[in-house]
Amino acid sequence: MSGGLIVGLFVLLAVLAPVLAPYEPLRGRVVDRLQGPSAAHWLGTDELGRDVLSRVLYGARISLQIQVAAVGLALLLGTALGVTAGYVGRWPDMVIMRLVDIMMAFPGIFLALAIIAALGTGLANVIVASAIFLVPQFARVVRGSVLTLKEMEFVTAARALGERDVTIVARYLLPNSLAPIIVQTTLRMATVLLTASGLSFLGLGVQPPSPEWGAMLSNARSYMITAPHVATVPGLAIMLVVLGFNLLGDGLRDSLDPRLRE
Amino acid sequence: MLAYIVRRLLLLVPVLIGVSVVSFALLQLVPGDPALILAGEEATEEVLTRIRQEYGLNRPLPVQFLAYLRHAVVGDLGVSIQSRQPVSTLLKQRFPFTLKLAFLAILVSATLGVIAGIIAATHRNSSLDIAALLGSLVGISLPIFWLGLLAILIFSVTLHWLPSGGTGSLAHLVMPALVLGAASSAVIARTTRASMLEVLRQDYVRTARAKGVSDRLVVYRHALGNAMIPILTVFGLEFGYNLGGAVLTETVFSLPGVGRLIVEGIFARDYPVVQGALLVVATTFVLVNLLTDVAYAYFDPRIRYS
Repeated sequence: MSGGLIVGLFVLLAVLAPVLAPYEPLRGRVVDRLQGPSAAHWLGTDELGRDVLSRVLYGARISLQIQVAAVGLALLLGTALGVTAGYVGRWPDMVIMRLVDIMMAFPGIFLALAIIAALGTGLANVIVASAIFLVPQFARVVRGSVLTLKEMEFVTAARALGERDVTIVARYLLPNSLAPIIVQTTLRMATVLLTASGLSFLGLGVQPPSPEWGAMLSNARSYMITAPHVATVPGLAIMLVVLGFNLLGDGLRDSLDPRLRE
Repeated sequence: MLAYIVRRLLLLVPVLIGVSVVSFALLQLVPGDPALILAGEEATEEVLTRIRQEYGLNRPLPVQFLAYLRHAVVGDLGVSIQSRQPVSTLLKQRFPFTLKLAFLAILVSATLGVIAGIIAATHRNSSLDIAALLGSLVGISLPIFWLGLLAILIFSVTLHWLPSGGTGSLAHLVMPALVLGAASSAVIARTTRASMLEVLRQDYVRTARAKGVSDRLVVYRHALGNAMIPILTVFGLEFGYNLGGAVLTETVFSLPGVGRLIVEGIFARDYPVVQGALLVVATTFVLVNLLTDVAYAYFDPRIRYS
């Protein structure tokens, strides 16, 4: 479970950033600008003399915050839509699935771009944009799971016993859909980091001087020749965290849902 | 087959209408008076009245939407606030470039991915297989924009092999296509491996082996053809995602594609441009997906969507 290890370490570093960071993430001495790694600054300094290690650590907090908020929001909305579509069927299913089709008609980051164009930049809007971008994925997974489950005998039995629809959904359908939902949630923690840091890299997400990893990379572009280390570290951090969640998601899929194993 | 295509085309209509509602709604969702947004902050009341008249902003929303749709269908997507050029002209300049880039990227990733996938499947559980698996995991975890920066750092700044950005020659497109295709290569390699393993388990492959057909022939003549069907679907999907990834690639390498156009449009609050670009990209993506599904149905006679 190397994925779990990476994710655990990431969460730990994010939570403990204020304790671990040797310097303040937003303040630096200009005389120290663009230094390479040294004993004083393990990962060097950026164009304003800010400590790169401290900024990357604080950046982990922002990433984790975006990931949890956006995936959480998408999980709630997507599950509600998926359950309604799968369980109720008929026209609500038709309407919801067409809505999902429309959202999925925008390739990759384009849906998030459209939302940012309407709402503007900033942390909160990045969360909203990344969440809406993920809603269709959750809706599809949950709907698929509910569609299979509702035909099963234990659901028929519950209905025969006179259980209300709300009870059937809450007591029988959702708990049995947990495995695919957990796997989706983990894998989407990876996707959302790529989307959110991509938006910030474009200048349309979290804005400088915030030490968001994508925003740090965007800044570092101008100093790439003189100080390549500034552009290396935040990207490496994004890659490792995304890799961690992907590994963890794959691992969970294999152990929670052995039918899906290749 | 024809009935299937017609049915799928009809199903596209609500999606395309929905996509145009989304891009139309964009301007309405922006806080503030649309006329003020279109005219700029310092506009006089006179100018605002003219703009409302010109864009029909004083009419009810549904009427405005129908007018927008009627114009969009014949290719009239309005006029850019910034450059005063028709949005359709801008898209004609920028979109072919993005298509070319996405196409080159899928070409690169299809080649790399299929080769890696076949090697992994035929050498199952060997160190080659594990390397391909790890490679593909890293591939889907890499942020495109960072990979682009690293590529510039290595191949342009340090080695001086390739230009770091801009256009002009094929050499300008080598790095962007490789960078954009990296994630797709990973996905295609994974699919190819899984699909090959599935096919290699089939009875007819065992029969071929039992007849004494050489390993190479079994893999390339008997197995690959059938394994390609699901891989083909992934080509289509990944081509579509590359259109999305192009936004980041074009930014890193300063390329004049539709992705850059949309980002610049958002910065300049040039909403007609953003709306038009969204509409065209989404329509293309939907059509590519349709083509992929039709190809899938065509190549796999077992699949009949009735």
